[in-house]
Amino acid sequence: MPMPPVLKRLLPPILMLLLGLAGLYAVTLVYATGETLLAGMMLVTLACFVWIYTSKKTYAYRYLYPGIGAALIFVVFPMLYTIRIGFTNYSSTNLLTFKRATQYLLEETYRSDGATYTSELHADGNRWRFRLEDADSGAAFVTEPLSLGAEGTHLTLKAQPATGPLPGDEMPIRDLIDQQPFLKGITVIMPDGGHVRMTGLREFAPSLPQFTRNADGSLTNNQDHSVIRPNFKTGFYETADGEQVTPGFQADIGWKNYVDIFTDTTLREPLVRIFVWTLVFSTLTVVFCTALGMVLAVLLSWENLKFRGAYRLLLFMPYAVPGFISILVFKGLFNNNFGEINLVLSALFGIKPTWFSDPFLAKSMILIVNTWLGFPYMMVVCMGLIKAIPQDLYEASAVAGAGPITNFFRITMPLILKPLTPLLISSFAFNFNNFVLINLLTGGLPDFLNTSTPAGTTDILVSYTYRMAFQDSGQKFGLGAAISTVVFLMVAAISMIQIRSTRIAEDSKR
Amino acid sequence: MAIVIDKSQRWRVIAAHVFLICLCALVLFPLLMVVSISLRPGNFASGSLIPTTISLEHWRFALGMPVTNADGRVIIPDLPVLRWLWNSVKVALLSASTAVLLSTTAAYAFARMKFAGKKASLVGLMLMQMFPTILALIAIHSIFSRLGHSFPLVGIDSPWALVLAYSGGIALHIWTIKGFYETIPAEIEEAATVDGATPWQAFWRVLLPMALPIIMVIFLLAFIGAVNEYPVASVLLRSQDKLTMAAGMKQFLYQQKYLWGDFAAAAILSGLPIAVVFILVQRWMISGLTAGANKG
Repeated sequence: MPMPPVLKRLLPPILMLLLGLAGLYAVTLVYATGETLLAGMMLVTLACFVWIYTSKKTYAYRYLYPGIGAALIFVVFPMLYTIRIGFTNYSSTNLLTFKRATQYLLEETYRSDGATYTSELHADGNRWRFRLEDADSGAAFVTEPLSLGAEGTHLTLKAQPATGPLPGDEMPIRDLIDQQPFLKGITVIMPDGGHVRMTGLREFAPSLPQFTRNADGSLTNNQDHSVIRPNFKTGFYETADGEQVTPGFQADIGWKNYVDIFTDTTLREPLVRIFVWTLVFSTLTVVFCTALGMVLAVLLSWENLKFRGAYRLLLFMPYAVPGFISILVFKGLFNNNFGEINLVLSALFGIKPTWFSDPFLAKSMILIVNTWLGFPYMMVVCMGLIKAIPQDLYEASAVAGAGPITNFFRITMPLILKPLTPLLISSFAFNFNNFVLINLLTGGLPDFLNTSTPAGTTDILVSYTYRMAFQDSGQKFGLGAAISTVVFLMVAAISMIQIRSTRIAEDSKR
Repeated sequence: MAIVIDKSQRWRVIAAHVFLICLCALVLFPLLMVVSISLRPGNFASGSLIPTTISLEHWRFALGMPVTNADGRVIIPDLPVLRWLWNSVKVALLSASTAVLLSTTAAYAFARMKFAGKKASLVGLMLMQMFPTILALIAIHSIFSRLGHSFPLVGIDSPWALVLAYSGGIALHIWTIKGFYETIPAEIEEAATVDGATPWQAFWRVLLPMALPIIMVIFLLAFIGAVNEYPVASVLLRSQDKLTMAAGMKQFLYQQKYLWGDFAAAAILSGLPIAVVFILVQRWMISGLTAGANKG
C-alpha cells in the first residue's frame, strides 16, 4: 500500500522526535541515579544522533555514526572512564554514588516505642488489605485496599478500626516472602495518627526514619540527635568525632592511588616484581615463538620436502583451537597429581615436577604453553615473507658454495626480520596484556607472601589488576583502574615504537 | 633450477622429516590426549594414555544426560554445558550481525565518500584497537552494572550487554571491508546513481551484494571472536545459566571439584566446530595479516 505523500513527508520528523524524547527520558533516568558522566556521554551520543540524521550537510556521517559511535562509546569511553575511576576510591566499601548512598541512609529506619501489631494480608478482589491486630489490647484495624507493585515504591495507607474479620483469603506465606521488599515500603497511618511499617513478615511496628536531611546536606540521627556530615575526601558520612558510617560513597581522592602505587612498599614491591615478570614473559614468548616459527617456516618452504601441506596444517592446529579451551587443557595436563604430563614424566624419568606450586616451574609452564599457542602464527607469517625473497639470492649463494645454515643466517633471517619487526612488537604488546593465558592457567598463583593485596608470582600487570578488582581483595576498582592507567601509558609507548618501526619497514622497501 | 641431489641432501631431508614428525607429535599430543580422556572412565588419570575401556559417561555429562556411576549412584550433570553453548552461539550470532551491520556501512563512507576528518578517523580507528579491552575491564564492568540499575536489559548477566561491549571492536573489520570495496570499480554504483538511485540504494542494492564474500568472512571472524572472548564475558556474566562457554569452562577444573574427563568431552563439543570454521576462514585472515606485513 503506497503511503500518502503527506504522511511520507511527516513520518521521519515525527519518528525522530519520538526517538529523541525516548533518548532524553533514558538520559534522565541515568542522571537521576547520580551517574553524571554516564548520563553526559549518553546525552552527547543522542545529540550527535539527532544532528547527523536531520542535517543535510552530514550525509556521509550517517553511514559512519553507528560504527564510529560504537567504537567511541565502547572502546574510547571505557578507557577514559578507567582513567576517571583511577582518581576515585571506588571499591566494595565505597560502591555507591553519593546520591544513592544518601538515599540508602535516608531509607534506614529504627523501631521506636509504641504498640506493635500482628499483620495479615487478605485478598480483596484483585487488590489486598492489611488487617493489623494490636498484640497487647487485641484491637483490630484494616487498611485501605492496595495493589502490589515494584520494590522501591512508597505507599501510605490509612487504617480504620475493623468491623469484623476480612472475607478474602490470606496471602500464602511464600508469596508474602516474595512481596516483602515491596511491602516494606508501605507506611500505615493508624487512626491515632501513629505511623507503623512492616518490621517482620507478619508484624508492623512504629518505625521512624533513622536520619533526616538538613538544609546544609548533613543528616541528623533521629534516635540520638547526633549529626553526620558527608566527607568528600574519604567518601563516608562521618560523625563529629570522625567515625565513618557505612555505606560509603564514591569520592574523588585525587592522586592518592598513584601515590600509593609508587610509595606504599607492600604494594610497590610486588608490583615491581610483577612488572619485571611481565617484561620477561612477553619478551621470552616472542623470542621462543619467533625462533620456532621461523625455523619451521624455512623447513616448510624447502621445495625438496614432501608432505609440506600436511605438516603445515597439523602445525597450524594450535592456532585454530579456541584459546580458552587449549589453555584449560594444558591446565589439566600439567596438574601435579592427576596430569598426563607428570604421568609420562614419572614413567620415563621418575620425576613429578610441581608445576603449579613452584614459582620457577609455573613460569616455565606458562612459557611452554604460550609458545605452543603462539608459534603457528609466526610460522605462517614467516612463510609468507620467505616467499617474497628473490630466488636468485639462493642461487648465487649456492654457486658460492654456501650451506643451508649460512643461507639461513646470512639471507633468510636478515631479509625477513625487518618486515617482521612491527609484528614482533605487536606480538609483544599482545603478550604484555595476555590476561586470558595467566588467568586461566595459573590465576597468578603461587602467591607472594607478605603483600597487602594478594599478588602472584606468575601474575602479569593486567591479571593483577583483575584480581584486585574482581577477585579476592575487596573489589579495589579505584586502585586497579589507576594501575590500568599506568599500563595504558606503557601500551601507548609500545604502540609508538611499533608505528615508527612500521614506517621504517615501509621505507626500507622503497 | 636443476640441483643435483647429493648424499648430504638426502640425509637432510630425512632429518627434516624426523624433526617435523616429532614436533607434530609433540604439538598434537594435548589435542589427542583430550580425545582419549573424554572416552576414559573416571575423572582422574588412570595410568594409561590410551583408554583400555571406552566409556561415554563424560559425553553424556556434557550433553546434560544423567550418568549412572560405577557404584550405582545416578549423577545429574550440574554444569549446563549445552546451555552455555547456546548462550555462546546466541551472543556470537548477535554480535557478528552487529559487527557486519556497523562495519559495512562505515566502510562504505570511508571508501566512497568525501568528508572532513576522513584520514584522521581511519588512523584513529587503528590506534584505538592497539589498546586491549582488558585494560578497560573495570570501567566496562561499572558502566554496565550501573546502566543495569536503570535498564536491566543491558545490565550484568544480560547477553545484550556483551553484544554492546563487543560492538566497539570493529576497527579491523572496517579496514578489511574498505579494502575490499576499493577493489570494486565505483563506476558500477555511479551508473546506478545516474539511473536515479540514491546513495543508500547504490550501497544497499549494488555494492553490498558484490561484497558478499568479504561480508561472510567478517561475519565468521566476528563470530569466532565473540565465542572465544573470555575477559569481558567473565566480568559481565555472573549467574550460572547465563554464562557463555568461554566464561563457564574453567568451572570444570576447580581444585575442590575436578571434572577432567567431563571437561574433555565439553572441550571437544565446543572446540571442534570452532576450530573447523577457523581453518576454513583463516586463509583470508592470514593473507590479510601478511599483506599488512608486506605493505606495512
